[in-house]
Amino acid sequence: MRGLALFRKLTLTLVMGVIAAAMLFPIAVTFTNSLMTEDEIGYNYHLIGKMADIGAGEKDGFINLKLLPDWISFRQYAEVLVHKPKFLHMFWNSVFLVVPIIAGQVLVASLAAYAFAKLRFWGREKLFVVYLMTMLMPFQVTLVPNYMIADKLGLMNSNSAIILPGIFSAFGVFMLRQFMAHIPYLYIEAAKMDGAGHLRIFYRVIVPLVKPGIAALVVLLFADNWNMVEQPLIFLEEAMKQPLSLYLSRINEGARGVAFAASVVYMAPMVMLFLYAESYLVEGIQLSGIKG
Amino acid sequence: MIARACFGKAGRLLRKDGAAASLFLAPSLTGFAVFYIIPFAMGFVYSFQDSTIGGSFVGLHNYEALQASASFRKAAVNSLMFTGVCVPLLIVLSLWLAHVLNQKLFIRNWLQSAFVLPLAVPVASVVMIWQILFDWNGILNEWLNSFHVERMDWMKSDWSIGVLAVVYIWKNIGYNMVLFLAGLQSIPKDYYETADIEGAGKFHKWIHITLVYLTPTMFFVVLMSIINSFKVFRETYLIAGDYPHDRIYMLQHFMNNMFLSLDIQKLTAAAVLMVACILLFVSVMLVIERRFRSFMD
Repeated sequence: MRGLALFRKLTLTLVMGVIAAAMLFPIAVTFTNSLMTEDEIGYNYHLIGKMADIGAGEKDGFINLKLLPDWISFRQYAEVLVHKPKFLHMFWNSVFLVVPIIAGQVLVASLAAYAFAKLRFWGREKLFVVYLMTMLMPFQVTLVPNYMIADKLGLMNSNSAIILPGIFSAFGVFMLRQFMAHIPYLYIEAAKMDGAGHLRIFYRVIVPLVKPGIAALVVLLFADNWNMVEQPLIFLEEAMKQPLSLYLSRINEGARGVAFAASVVYMAPMVMLFLYAESYLVEGIQLSGIKG
Repeated sequence: MIARACFGKAGRLLRKDGAAASLFLAPSLTGFAVFYIIPFAMGFVYSFQDSTIGGSFVGLHNYEALQASASFRKAAVNSLMFTGVCVPLLIVLSLWLAHVLNQKLFIRNWLQSAFVLPLAVPVASVVMIWQILFDWNGILNEWLNSFHVERMDWMKSDWSIGVLAVVYIWKNIGYNMVLFLAGLQSIPKDYYETADIEGAGKFHKWIHITLVYLTPTMFFVVLMSIINSFKVFRETYLIAGDYPHDRIYMLQHFMNNMFLSLDIQKLTAAAVLMVACILLFVSVMLVIERRFRSFMD
Protein backbone atom coordinates (compact mmCIF):
# COMPACT_ATOMS: atom_id res chain seq x y z
CA MET A 1 0.00 0.00 0.00
CA ARG A 2 2.78 2.42 0.93
CA GLY A 3 4.62 1.49 -2.21
CA LEU A 4 1.57 2.12 -4.34
CA ALA A 5 1.04 5.56 -2.81
CA LEU A 6 4.67 6.44 -3.41
CA PHE A 7 4.43 5.24 -7.00
CA ARG A 8 1.34 7.37 -7.53
CA LYS A 9 3.03 10.40 -6.03
CA LEU A 10 6.06 9.91 -8.26
CA THR A 11 3.99 9.47 -11.41
CA LEU A 12 1.88 12.55 -10.73
CA THR A 13 4.97 14.60 -9.99
CA LEU A 14 6.51 13.42 -13.24
CA VAL A 15 3.42 14.29 -15.30
CA MET A 16 3.18 17.72 -13.68
CA GLY A 17 6.89 18.21 -14.13
CA VAL A 18 6.63 17.63 -17.86
CA ILE A 19 3.77 20.12 -18.15
CA ALA A 20 5.67 22.65 -16.04
CA ALA A 21 8.71 22.22 -18.26
CA ALA A 22 6.57 22.89 -21.32
CA MET A 23 5.23 26.05 -19.68
CA LEU A 24 8.73 27.26 -18.88
CA PHE A 25 10.10 26.31 -22.28
CA PRO A 26 9.55 29.67 -24.04
CA ILE A 27 11.11 31.56 -21.15
CA ALA A 28 14.09 29.23 -20.81
CA VAL A 29 14.82 29.19 -24.54
CA THR A 30 14.66 32.97 -24.69
CA PHE A 31 17.23 33.11 -21.94
CA THR A 32 19.66 30.53 -23.33
CA ASN A 33 19.44 32.04 -26.80
CA SER A 34 20.26 35.45 -25.40
CA LEU A 35 23.74 34.09 -24.65
CA MET A 36 24.48 33.22 -28.28
CA THR A 37 26.53 35.31 -30.65
CA GLU A 38 24.75 37.17 -33.42
CA ASP A 39 26.35 34.83 -35.95
CA GLU A 40 24.95 31.80 -34.22
CA ILE A 41 21.48 33.35 -34.08
CA GLY A 42 21.71 34.27 -37.73
CA TYR A 43 22.80 30.77 -38.66
CA ASN A 44 20.04 29.08 -36.64
CA TYR A 45 17.10 31.30 -37.40
CA HIS A 46 17.68 32.84 -40.82
CA LEU A 47 14.81 30.75 -42.19
CA ILE A 48 12.13 32.49 -40.11
CA GLY A 49 9.48 33.98 -42.34
CA LYS A 50 11.05 32.61 -45.53
CA MET A 51 9.37 30.42 -48.08
CA ALA A 52 11.39 28.53 -50.62
CA ASP A 53 10.88 29.47 -54.24
CA ILE A 54 10.12 26.00 -55.56
CA GLY A 55 10.17 27.28 -59.15
CA ALA A 56 13.77 28.37 -58.72
CA GLY A 57 14.66 24.93 -57.50
CA GLU A 58 14.93 25.90 -53.83
CA LYS A 59 13.96 23.52 -51.09
CA ASP A 60 12.30 24.29 -47.80
CA GLY A 61 14.40 23.75 -44.73
CA PHE A 62 13.69 23.96 -41.07
CA ILE A 63 14.66 26.40 -38.38
CA ASN A 64 17.42 25.03 -36.26
CA LEU A 65 16.15 25.52 -32.73
CA LYS A 66 19.11 25.42 -30.48
CA LEU A 67 18.68 25.10 -26.75
CA LEU A 68 22.24 25.75 -25.65
CA PRO A 69 24.73 28.18 -27.17
CA ASP A 70 27.99 26.87 -28.64
CA TRP A 71 29.79 29.19 -26.34
CA ILE A 72 28.49 31.75 -23.95
CA SER A 73 28.68 35.32 -25.13
CA PHE A 74 27.35 38.54 -23.66
CA ARG A 75 27.66 40.37 -26.95
CA GLN A 76 23.88 40.60 -27.37
CA TYR A 77 23.57 42.31 -24.00
CA ALA A 78 26.41 44.67 -24.77
CA GLU A 79 24.72 45.49 -28.06
CA VAL A 80 21.34 46.11 -26.45
CA LEU A 81 22.44 47.91 -23.31
CA VAL A 82 25.43 49.88 -24.58
CA HIS A 83 25.42 50.21 -28.35
CA LYS A 84 21.70 50.74 -28.90
CA PRO A 85 20.73 53.82 -26.88
CA LYS A 86 17.25 53.61 -28.36
CA PHE A 87 16.54 50.40 -26.54
CA LEU A 88 17.31 51.82 -23.11
CA HIS A 89 15.33 54.91 -24.01
CA MET A 90 12.27 52.75 -24.69
CA PHE A 91 12.92 50.83 -21.50
CA TRP A 92 12.70 54.05 -19.50
CA ASN A 93 9.60 55.05 -21.47
CA SER A 94 7.96 51.90 -20.14
CA VAL A 95 9.12 52.64 -16.60
CA PHE A 96 7.77 56.18 -16.69
CA LEU A 97 4.41 54.91 -17.85
CA VAL A 98 4.09 52.01 -15.44
CA VAL A 99 5.39 53.45 -12.17
CA PRO A 100 2.99 56.44 -11.99
CA ILE A 101 0.06 54.20 -12.88
CA ILE A 102 0.90 51.79 -10.07
CA ALA A 103 1.61 54.48 -7.48
CA GLY A 104 -1.50 56.45 -8.40
CA GLN A 105 -3.80 53.49 -8.52
CA VAL A 106 -2.64 52.05 -5.21
CA LEU A 107 -3.33 55.40 -3.52
CA VAL A 108 -6.65 56.21 -5.15
CA ALA A 109 -7.96 52.66 -5.13
CA SER A 110 -7.13 51.93 -1.51
CA LEU A 111 -9.08 55.00 -0.38
CA ALA A 112 -12.08 54.04 -2.49
CA ALA A 113 -11.83 50.39 -1.46
CA TYR A 114 -12.07 51.42 2.19
CA ALA A 115 -15.32 53.23 1.48
CA PHE A 116 -16.71 50.23 -0.39
CA ALA A 117 -15.60 47.70 2.20
CA LYS A 118 -16.12 49.39 5.53
CA LEU A 119 -18.33 52.44 5.20
CA ARG A 120 -22.07 52.39 4.76
CA PHE A 121 -23.55 54.81 2.31
CA TRP A 122 -26.46 55.04 -0.02
CA GLY A 123 -26.03 53.16 -3.31
CA ARG A 124 -22.88 51.37 -2.23
CA GLU A 125 -23.63 48.00 -3.85
CA LYS A 126 -24.92 49.54 -7.08
CA LEU A 127 -21.91 51.79 -7.49
CA PHE A 128 -19.60 48.85 -6.90
CA VAL A 129 -21.34 46.87 -9.62
CA VAL A 130 -20.77 49.79 -12.00
CA TYR A 131 -17.05 49.66 -11.16
CA LEU A 132 -17.07 45.92 -11.77
CA MET A 133 -18.73 46.28 -15.14
CA THR A 134 -16.06 48.62 -16.47
CA MET A 135 -13.46 46.00 -15.60
CA LEU A 136 -15.07 43.74 -18.17
CA MET A 137 -14.96 46.26 -21.00
CA PRO A 138 -12.12 45.99 -23.47
CA PHE A 139 -10.13 49.17 -24.05
CA GLN A 140 -11.60 49.71 -27.53
CA VAL A 141 -15.13 50.15 -26.22
CA THR A 142 -14.51 53.70 -25.05
CA LEU A 143 -11.80 54.45 -27.57
CA VAL A 144 -13.46 57.36 -29.36
CA PRO A 145 -14.77 59.31 -26.38
CA ASN A 146 -11.54 58.65 -24.50
CA TYR A 147 -9.63 60.05 -27.42
CA MET A 148 -11.85 63.13 -27.48
CA ILE A 149 -11.51 63.65 -23.74
CA ALA A 150 -7.73 63.30 -23.93
CA ASP A 151 -7.79 65.79 -26.77
CA LYS A 152 -9.95 68.23 -24.80
CA LEU A 153 -7.71 67.98 -21.74
CA GLY A 154 -4.67 68.54 -23.95
CA LEU A 155 -3.22 65.14 -23.18
CA MET A 156 -2.67 63.89 -26.71
CA ASN A 157 0.76 62.49 -27.44
CA SER A 158 1.73 62.79 -23.78
CA ASN A 159 2.16 60.06 -21.23
CA SER A 160 -0.71 61.45 -19.15
CA ALA A 161 -3.20 60.26 -21.76
CA ILE A 162 -2.24 56.74 -20.74
CA ILE A 163 -1.34 57.27 -17.10
CA LEU A 164 -4.53 59.00 -15.96
CA PRO A 165 -7.02 56.40 -17.24
CA GLY A 166 -4.61 53.77 -15.93
CA ILE A 167 -4.72 55.21 -12.43
CA PHE A 168 -8.51 55.21 -12.29
CA SER A 169 -9.19 51.75 -13.66
CA ALA A 170 -11.50 49.77 -11.43
CA PHE A 171 -9.28 46.77 -10.88
CA GLY A 172 -7.45 48.10 -7.83
CA VAL A 173 -10.66 49.18 -6.14
CA PHE A 174 -12.12 45.73 -6.71
CA MET A 175 -9.13 43.81 -5.47
CA LEU A 176 -8.44 45.89 -2.36
CA ARG A 177 -12.11 45.91 -1.43
CA GLN A 178 -12.04 42.11 -1.39
CA PHE A 179 -9.08 42.26 0.98
CA MET A 180 -10.56 44.88 3.27
CA ALA A 181 -13.89 43.08 3.46
CA HIS A 182 -12.11 40.31 5.40
CA ILE A 183 -10.98 42.65 8.15
CA PRO A 184 -13.32 42.28 11.13
CA TYR A 185 -15.37 45.34 12.07
CA LEU A 186 -14.12 44.71 15.59
CA TYR A 187 -10.79 46.37 14.74
CA ILE A 188 -12.51 49.44 13.43
CA GLU A 189 -14.87 49.64 16.38
CA ALA A 190 -11.92 49.37 18.75
CA ALA A 191 -10.07 52.16 16.97
CA LYS A 192 -13.22 54.29 17.07
CA MET A 193 -13.46 53.63 20.77
CA ASP A 194 -9.96 55.09 21.11
CA GLY A 195 -11.22 58.18 19.36
CA ALA A 196 -9.69 57.61 15.94
CA GLY A 197 -11.35 59.16 12.87
CA HIS A 198 -11.79 57.36 9.58
CA LEU A 199 -8.57 58.71 8.07
CA ARG A 200 -6.61 57.56 11.08
CA ILE A 201 -8.31 54.16 11.04
CA PHE A 202 -7.49 53.92 7.36
CA TYR A 203 -3.76 54.41 7.60
CA ARG A 204 -3.17 53.02 11.08
CA VAL A 205 -5.40 49.92 10.95
CA ILE A 206 -6.48 49.13 7.42
CA VAL A 207 -3.38 49.84 5.37
CA PRO A 208 -1.02 47.72 7.52
CA LEU A 209 -3.50 44.84 7.37
CA VAL A 210 -3.91 44.88 3.59
CA LYS A 211 -0.22 45.13 2.75
CA PRO A 212 -0.26 41.67 1.13
CA GLY A 213 -3.18 42.83 -1.00
CA ILE A 214 -1.33 45.95 -2.06
CA ALA A 215 1.73 43.86 -2.93
CA ALA A 216 -0.41 41.55 -5.04
CA LEU A 217 -2.05 44.51 -6.74
CA VAL A 218 1.35 46.02 -7.55
CA VAL A 219 2.50 42.79 -9.20
CA LEU A 220 -0.69 42.39 -11.23
CA LEU A 221 -0.71 46.03 -12.31
CA PHE A 222 2.93 45.80 -13.26
CA ALA A 223 2.32 42.66 -15.31
CA ASP A 224 -0.63 44.22 -17.06
CA ASN A 225 0.84 47.63 -17.80
CA TRP A 226 4.40 46.60 -18.57
CA ASN A 227 2.78 44.67 -21.38
CA MET A 228 0.53 47.46 -22.66
CA VAL A 229 -0.10 47.61 -26.38
CA GLU A 230 -3.41 49.26 -27.22
CA GLN A 231 -3.03 52.56 -25.36
CA PRO A 232 0.36 53.66 -26.74
CA LEU A 233 -0.75 52.66 -30.24
CA ILE A 234 -3.56 55.20 -30.07
CA PHE A 235 -2.30 57.93 -27.79
CA LEU A 236 1.41 58.15 -28.54
CA GLU A 237 2.09 59.01 -32.15
CA GLU A 238 5.76 59.76 -31.71
CA ALA A 239 7.81 56.58 -32.05
CA MET A 240 10.37 57.81 -29.53
CA LYS A 241 7.72 58.01 -26.81
CA GLN A 242 6.48 54.47 -27.18
CA PRO A 243 7.15 51.82 -24.58
CA LEU A 244 9.30 48.76 -24.99
CA SER A 245 6.38 46.42 -25.67
CA LEU A 246 5.75 47.99 -29.07
CA TYR A 247 9.38 48.58 -29.88
CA LEU A 248 10.27 44.99 -29.18
CA SER A 249 7.74 43.58 -31.62
CA ARG A 250 9.48 45.63 -34.32
CA ILE A 251 13.04 44.91 -33.29
CA ASN A 252 12.29 41.22 -33.83
CA GLU A 253 12.11 41.78 -37.56
CA GLY A 254 15.17 43.87 -38.19
CA ALA A 255 17.59 42.97 -35.45
CA ARG A 256 16.98 39.32 -34.74
CA GLY A 257 20.54 38.95 -33.53
CA VAL A 258 19.81 40.91 -30.36
CA ALA A 259 16.10 40.22 -29.95
CA PHE A 260 16.64 37.53 -27.32
CA ALA A 261 18.77 39.68 -25.05
CA ALA A 262 16.33 42.54 -25.53
CA SER A 263 13.52 40.20 -24.51
CA VAL A 264 15.38 39.06 -21.42
CA VAL A 265 16.08 42.63 -20.33
CA TYR A 266 12.43 43.44 -20.95
CA MET A 267 11.06 40.56 -18.89
CA ALA A 268 13.69 40.73 -16.13
CA PRO A 269 12.07 43.37 -13.88
CA MET A 270 8.73 41.63 -14.12
CA VAL A 271 10.12 38.18 -13.42
CA MET A 272 12.20 39.41 -10.50
CA LEU A 273 9.22 41.19 -8.99
CA PHE A 274 7.22 38.01 -9.43
CA LEU A 275 9.79 35.81 -7.72
CA TYR A 276 10.10 38.31 -4.88
CA ALA A 277 6.37 38.73 -4.27
CA GLU A 278 5.01 35.38 -5.43
CA SER A 279 3.49 34.37 -2.12
CA TYR A 280 1.68 37.72 -1.86
CA LEU A 281 0.52 37.38 -5.42
CA VAL A 282 -0.92 33.92 -4.87
CA GLU A 283 -2.58 34.99 -1.64
CA GLY A 284 -3.87 38.13 -3.33
CA ILE A 285 -5.39 36.28 -6.25
CA GLN A 286 -6.97 33.75 -3.93
CA LEU A 287 -8.48 36.29 -1.56
CA SER A 288 -9.89 38.31 -4.44
CA GLY A 289 -11.81 35.22 -5.53
CA ILE A 290 -13.52 34.74 -2.18
CA LYS A 291 -16.74 36.56 -1.60
CA GLY A 292 -16.11 39.33 0.92
CA MET B 1 -22.35 39.58 13.14
CA ILE B 2 -20.93 42.85 14.30
CA ALA B 3 -21.53 44.20 10.85
CA ARG B 4 -25.20 43.46 11.26
CA ALA B 5 -25.28 44.95 14.74
CA CYS B 6 -23.79 48.15 13.39
CA PHE B 7 -26.21 48.19 10.54
CA GLY B 8 -29.06 47.98 13.03
CA LYS B 9 -28.22 51.40 14.42
CA ALA B 10 -29.23 52.62 10.98
CA GLY B 11 -30.00 56.24 10.26
CA ARG B 12 -27.54 58.31 12.20
CA LEU B 13 -24.57 56.04 11.51
CA LEU B 14 -25.47 55.76 7.85
CA ARG B 15 -25.40 59.49 7.36
CA LYS B 16 -22.19 59.81 9.34
CA ASP B 17 -20.50 57.22 7.12
CA GLY B 18 -21.93 58.93 4.07
CA ALA B 19 -19.87 62.06 4.68
CA ALA B 20 -16.67 60.08 5.23
CA ALA B 21 -17.43 57.82 2.28
CA SER B 22 -17.79 60.73 -0.11
CA LEU B 23 -14.34 61.99 0.95
CA PHE B 24 -12.71 58.58 0.51
CA LEU B 25 -14.45 58.03 -2.80
CA ALA B 26 -13.97 61.51 -4.25
CA PRO B 27 -10.58 61.04 -5.96
CA SER B 28 -11.47 57.66 -7.41
CA LEU B 29 -14.96 58.64 -8.45
CA THR B 30 -13.83 61.84 -10.19
CA GLY B 31 -11.29 60.06 -12.33
CA PHE B 32 -13.54 57.10 -12.86
CA ALA B 33 -16.30 59.39 -14.12
CA VAL B 34 -14.01 61.38 -16.43
CA PHE B 35 -12.19 58.42 -17.96
CA TYR B 36 -14.81 55.66 -17.84
CA ILE B 37 -18.41 56.69 -17.18
CA ILE B 38 -18.57 59.86 -19.27
CA PRO B 39 -16.72 58.29 -22.24
CA PHE B 40 -19.09 55.39 -22.12
CA ALA B 41 -22.16 57.61 -22.04
CA MET B 42 -20.74 59.69 -24.90
CA GLY B 43 -20.10 56.56 -26.93
CA PHE B 44 -23.64 55.43 -26.33
CA VAL B 45 -25.03 58.72 -27.62
CA TYR B 46 -22.67 58.78 -30.63
CA SER B 47 -23.84 55.36 -31.68
CA PHE B 48 -27.23 56.91 -32.51
CA GLN B 49 -25.87 59.98 -34.31
CA ASP B 50 -24.47 60.59 -37.77
CA SER B 51 -21.48 62.62 -36.58
CA THR B 52 -19.65 63.14 -33.31
CA ILE B 53 -19.67 66.94 -33.60
CA GLY B 54 -23.11 68.50 -33.88
CA GLY B 55 -24.53 65.24 -35.15
CA SER B 56 -28.22 64.60 -35.48
CA PHE B 57 -30.15 61.60 -34.29
CA VAL B 58 -30.32 58.84 -36.88
CA GLY B 59 -31.95 56.08 -34.86
CA LEU B 60 -30.61 52.63 -35.55
CA HIS B 61 -28.98 53.58 -38.83
CA ASN B 62 -25.43 52.98 -37.53
CA TYR B 63 -26.43 49.57 -36.26
CA GLU B 64 -27.89 48.66 -39.63
CA ALA B 65 -24.69 49.77 -41.35
CA LEU B 66 -22.74 47.70 -38.85
CA GLN B 67 -24.93 44.69 -39.50
CA ALA B 68 -24.26 45.00 -43.20
CA SER B 69 -20.50 45.14 -42.71
CA ALA B 70 -18.92 41.82 -43.53
CA SER B 71 -15.78 42.54 -41.53
CA PHE B 72 -17.87 43.27 -38.43
CA ARG B 73 -19.71 39.99 -38.75
CA LYS B 74 -16.46 38.17 -39.23
CA ALA B 75 -14.93 39.88 -36.18
CA ALA B 76 -17.99 39.25 -34.01
CA VAL B 77 -18.11 35.57 -34.93
CA ASN B 78 -14.38 35.17 -34.30
CA SER B 79 -14.53 36.90 -30.91
CA LEU B 80 -17.53 34.84 -29.84
CA MET B 81 -15.88 31.66 -31.07
CA PHE B 82 -12.64 32.42 -29.31
CA THR B 83 -14.25 33.33 -25.99
CA GLY B 84 -16.85 30.56 -26.27
CA VAL B 85 -14.32 27.81 -26.92
CA CYS B 86 -11.21 28.98 -25.10
CA VAL B 87 -12.79 30.06 -21.82
CA PRO B 88 -14.37 26.64 -21.11
CA LEU B 89 -11.21 24.91 -22.31
CA LEU B 90 -9.03 27.04 -20.05
CA ILE B 91 -11.33 26.41 -17.10
CA VAL B 92 -11.34 22.64 -17.56
CA LEU B 93 -7.57 22.49 -17.92
CA SER B 94 -6.86 24.75 -14.96
CA LEU B 95 -9.33 22.87 -12.79
CA TRP B 96 -7.57 19.64 -13.68
CA LEU B 97 -4.17 21.16 -12.84
CA ALA B 98 -5.48 22.43 -9.52
CA HIS B 99 -7.01 19.05 -8.76
CA VAL B 100 -3.72 17.23 -9.36
CA LEU B 101 -1.66 19.87 -7.59
CA ASN B 102 -3.94 19.55 -4.58
CA GLN B 103 -2.75 15.97 -4.05
CA LYS B 104 0.45 14.71 -2.49
CA LEU B 105 3.31 15.61 -4.82
CA PHE B 106 7.03 16.20 -4.67
CA ILE B 107 8.29 19.76 -5.32
CA ARG B 108 4.73 21.07 -5.20
CA ASN B 109 5.65 24.70 -4.64
CA TRP B 110 8.12 24.63 -7.51
CA LEU B 111 5.47 23.24 -9.81
CA GLN B 112 3.00 25.89 -8.75
CA SER B 113 5.52 28.65 -9.41
CA ALA B 114 6.22 27.26 -12.86
CA PHE B 115 2.53 27.35 -13.76
CA VAL B 116 2.02 30.90 -12.51
CA LEU B 117 5.23 32.40 -13.92
CA PRO B 118 3.92 32.95 -17.49
CA LEU B 119 1.48 35.45 -15.98
CA ALA B 120 4.49 37.65 -15.27
CA VAL B 121 6.14 37.26 -18.65
CA PRO B 122 5.33 40.03 -21.13
CA VAL B 123 4.14 38.52 -24.39
CA ALA B 124 6.31 40.80 -26.49
CA SER B 125 9.36 39.10 -25.04
CA VAL B 126 8.39 35.61 -26.17
CA VAL B 127 7.07 36.53 -29.60
CA MET B 128 10.29 35.21 -31.10
CA ILE B 129 9.65 31.81 -29.58
CA TRP B 130 6.12 31.65 -30.97
CA GLN B 131 7.57 32.46 -34.37
CA ILE B 132 10.18 29.75 -34.07
CA LEU B 133 7.50 27.25 -33.09
CA PHE B 134 4.78 28.11 -35.60
CA ASP B 135 6.68 29.45 -38.61
CA TRP B 136 6.53 27.83 -42.08
CA ASN B 137 10.00 26.48 -41.36
CA GLY B 138 9.20 26.18 -37.67
CA ILE B 139 9.66 23.49 -35.08
CA LEU B 140 6.05 22.32 -35.10
CA ASN B 141 6.22 21.72 -38.85
CA GLU B 142 9.53 19.95 -38.51
CA TRP B 143 8.08 17.72 -35.84
CA LEU B 144 4.94 16.97 -37.86
CA ASN B 145 7.08 16.37 -40.90
CA SER B 146 8.64 13.39 -39.18
CA PHE B 147 5.08 11.97 -39.08
CA HIS B 148 4.73 12.80 -42.79
CA VAL B 149 2.25 15.62 -42.23
CA GLU B 150 2.44 18.41 -44.83
CA ARG B 151 3.85 21.66 -43.48
CA MET B 152 1.67 24.74 -43.25
CA ASP B 153 1.88 28.38 -42.27
CA TRP B 154 0.08 28.15 -38.94
CA MET B 155 -0.48 31.86 -38.39
CA LYS B 156 -1.92 32.23 -41.89
CA SER B 157 -4.31 29.31 -41.75
CA ASP B 158 -7.54 28.40 -40.00
CA TRP B 159 -5.32 26.99 -37.28
CA SER B 160 -4.15 30.47 -36.27
CA ILE B 161 -6.97 30.61 -33.74
CA GLY B 162 -5.54 27.45 -32.22
CA VAL B 163 -2.13 29.08 -31.87
CA LEU B 164 -3.82 31.98 -30.14
CA ALA B 165 -5.64 29.58 -27.83
CA VAL B 166 -2.30 28.06 -26.86
CA VAL B 167 -0.89 31.49 -26.02
CA TYR B 168 -4.02 32.41 -24.05
CA ILE B 169 -3.98 29.19 -22.05
CA TRP B 170 -0.24 29.39 -21.47
CA LYS B 171 -0.60 32.84 -19.99
CA ASN B 172 -3.75 32.41 -17.92
CA ILE B 173 -3.80 28.86 -16.68
CA GLY B 174 -1.75 29.67 -13.58
CA TYR B 175 -4.08 32.44 -12.44
CA ASN B 176 -7.14 30.20 -12.66
CA MET B 177 -5.32 27.27 -11.12
CA VAL B 178 -4.40 29.35 -8.08
CA LEU B 179 -8.03 30.41 -7.69
CA PHE B 180 -9.26 26.83 -7.94
CA LEU B 181 -6.64 25.65 -5.47
CA ALA B 182 -7.99 28.08 -2.89
CA GLY B 183 -11.49 26.84 -3.63
CA LEU B 184 -10.49 23.20 -3.29
CA GLN B 185 -8.66 23.79 -0.04
CA SER B 186 -11.67 25.56 1.47
CA ILE B 187 -13.85 22.45 1.19
CA PRO B 188 -13.96 20.79 4.62
CA LYS B 189 -12.30 17.36 4.65
CA ASP B 190 -15.09 15.76 6.71
CA TYR B 191 -17.49 16.09 3.77
CA TYR B 192 -15.35 13.61 1.89
CA GLU B 193 -14.95 11.40 4.96
CA THR B 194 -18.72 11.26 5.47
CA ALA B 195 -19.16 10.41 1.81
CA ASP B 196 -16.55 7.66 2.17
CA ILE B 197 -18.44 6.14 5.07
CA GLU B 198 -21.61 6.19 3.02
CA GLY B 199 -19.69 4.40 0.28
CA ALA B 200 -19.78 7.11 -2.38
CA GLY B 201 -17.60 6.56 -5.43
CA LYS B 202 -14.85 8.92 -6.61
CA PHE B 203 -16.88 10.33 -9.45
CA HIS B 204 -19.90 10.81 -7.23
CA LYS B 205 -17.85 12.71 -4.65
CA TRP B 206 -16.41 14.90 -7.36
CA ILE B 207 -19.79 15.89 -8.75
CA HIS B 208 -21.68 16.22 -5.48
CA ILE B 209 -19.06 17.71 -3.21
CA THR B 210 -16.15 19.21 -5.14
CA LEU B 211 -18.04 20.81 -7.99
CA VAL B 212 -20.87 22.08 -5.81
CA TYR B 213 -18.54 23.77 -3.33
CA LEU B 214 -16.38 25.14 -6.12
CA THR B 215 -19.30 26.95 -7.72
CA PRO B 216 -18.67 30.36 -6.08
CA THR B 217 -15.02 30.17 -7.21
CA MET B 218 -16.22 29.11 -10.63
CA PHE B 219 -18.23 32.31 -11.11
CA PHE B 220 -15.19 34.41 -10.42
CA VAL B 221 -12.95 32.29 -12.62
CA VAL B 222 -15.39 32.58 -15.52
CA LEU B 223 -15.47 36.36 -15.20
CA MET B 224 -11.70 36.71 -15.01
CA SER B 225 -11.22 34.30 -17.90
CA ILE B 226 -13.55 36.35 -20.08
CA ILE B 227 -11.77 39.59 -19.20
CA ASN B 228 -8.48 37.94 -20.06
CA SER B 229 -9.84 36.48 -23.28
CA PHE B 230 -10.38 40.06 -24.49
CA LYS B 231 -6.78 40.86 -23.62
CA VAL B 232 -5.57 38.24 -26.06
CA PHE B 233 -5.83 41.00 -28.63
CA ARG B 234 -2.41 42.17 -27.48
CA GLU B 235 -0.87 38.84 -28.29
CA THR B 236 -2.61 38.73 -31.65
CA TYR B 237 -1.43 42.22 -32.44
CA LEU B 238 2.15 41.54 -31.47
CA ILE B 239 2.31 38.28 -33.39
CA ALA B 240 0.21 39.12 -36.42
CA GLY B 241 -0.14 42.92 -36.68
CA ASP B 242 -3.07 45.11 -37.79
CA TYR B 243 -4.56 42.78 -40.36
CA PRO B 244 -4.07 39.19 -39.26
CA HIS B 245 -5.50 36.10 -40.91
CA ASP B 246 -9.32 36.09 -41.19
CA ARG B 247 -9.67 33.53 -38.45
CA ILE B 248 -8.13 35.73 -35.77
CA TYR B 249 -9.57 39.07 -36.84
CA MET B 250 -11.23 40.01 -33.54
CA LEU B 251 -13.73 42.70 -32.58
CA GLN B 252 -10.84 44.70 -31.18
CA HIS B 253 -9.10 44.67 -34.56
CA PHE B 254 -12.32 45.81 -36.13
CA MET B 255 -12.74 48.64 -33.65
CA ASN B 256 -9.10 49.69 -33.92
CA ASN B 257 -9.31 49.76 -37.69
CA MET B 258 -12.60 51.67 -37.65
CA PHE B 259 -10.88 54.18 -35.41
CA LEU B 260 -7.94 54.55 -37.77
CA SER B 261 -10.26 54.95 -40.75
CA LEU B 262 -12.33 57.44 -38.72
CA ASP B 263 -15.55 55.45 -39.09
CA ILE B 264 -16.68 56.52 -35.63
CA GLN B 265 -20.33 55.56 -36.14
CA LYS B 266 -19.62 51.91 -36.76
CA LEU B 267 -17.06 51.85 -33.97
CA THR B 268 -19.39 53.23 -31.31
CA ALA B 269 -22.25 51.03 -32.46
CA ALA B 270 -19.99 47.98 -32.26
CA ALA B 271 -18.83 49.04 -28.81
CA VAL B 272 -22.38 49.45 -27.54
CA LEU B 273 -23.36 46.05 -28.91
CA MET B 274 -20.36 44.44 -27.30
CA VAL B 275 -21.12 46.05 -23.94
CA ALA B 276 -24.76 44.98 -24.21
CA CYS B 277 -23.66 41.39 -24.71
CA ILE B 278 -21.26 41.54 -21.78
CA LEU B 279 -23.90 43.10 -19.54
CA LEU B 280 -26.44 40.50 -20.51
CA PHE B 281 -24.02 37.71 -19.81
CA VAL B 282 -22.92 39.11 -16.44
CA SER B 283 -26.51 39.70 -15.35
CA VAL B 284 -27.41 36.11 -16.16
CA MET B 285 -24.36 34.97 -14.18
CA LEU B 286 -25.34 37.12 -11.19
CA VAL B 287 -28.90 35.78 -11.22
CA ILE B 288 -27.66 32.20 -11.34
CA GLU B 289 -25.21 32.93 -8.56
CA ARG B 290 -27.94 34.38 -6.36
CA ARG B 291 -30.16 31.35 -7.00
CA PHE B 292 -27.25 29.09 -6.18
CA ARG B 293 -26.47 30.87 -2.93
CA SER B 294 -30.04 30.76 -1.68
CA PHE B 295 -30.07 27.08 -2.62
CA MET B 296 -26.92 26.48 -0.55
CA ASP B 297 -28.20 28.27 2.54
